Amino acid sequence: MSISDRPLSPHLQVYRLPLVALLSIVHRMTGVALVGGSVLLAVWLGAAAFGAPAFAMASALLASPLGKLVLFGFTVAYYYHLLNGIRHLFWDVGLGLDLVVARASGRLVMAATVVLTILTWAVGLSL
Amino acid sequence: MSLRTSLGRARGSGAAKDGSEHWWQQRVTAVALVPLSVWFLASVVSLSGANLEQFRAWLAVPCNTALAIFFLLVVFHHGQLGMQVVIEDYVHNRAVKLAGIIGVKLLAAWFAIFSVVAVLRAAFVGA
Repeated sequence: MSISDRPLSPHLQVYRLPLVALLSIVHRMTGVALVGGSVLLAVWLGAAAFGAPAFAMASALLASPLGKLVLFGFTVAYYYHLLNGIRHLFWDVGLGLDLVVARASGRLVMAATVVLTILTWAVGLSL
Repeated sequence: MSLRTSLGRARGSGAAKDGSEHWWQQRVTAVALVPLSVWFLASVVSLSGANLEQFRAWLAVPCNTALAIFFLLVVFHHGQLGMQVVIEDYVHNRAVKLAGIIGVKLLAAWFAIFSVVAVLRAAFVGA
């Protein structure tokens, strides 16, 4: 067996990521997704600046089923990145680094993301 | 491939001097985005279904104009800092890496300027 054939550890194809590692990579993925959301936001503001027809078209696109699905996805990504970002800020000042606490705060982030996303859409759709 | 150690090659080159600055900017923008993004999302949700006139009236309130511009500048700066780290971590070709980082920074600057201009136009210039 040559050196290059040896398995690496942790090898991503055979290694089941622990919860905290999974949450870490999801933080990065939601961050990249939200950059796309920011570009969409700039386009939406641009539509408002271009005038009523452009704004009406943008609003209709966002209110369509596909538009709603995209916005729902950005809502999930936003709340996850916000809450997990706050978790990171606690770590930055040295709090909650214990593995038991890190797992618990990770579960709290996931649960709060679901609750806040549902609440936001319940309020938004009722208006 | 050089037989010199990494330390031997780095010695005498001086410190990079910009790593901690990037880290601090990411944290400060993250802290700012906690209230700013919550305010923005709450505003957008409360404006769901609004027509252009209602949206412009909301945007023209001085505090809203200022907060929206502040939010947009911080968002694109934070996003650009994060994308830089993602490119640095996953792109290993030096030329592609440099081109990617420069591209991300210029695009972020353009989208930030575009969205600020859009906010000002939508708020203050009639259709």
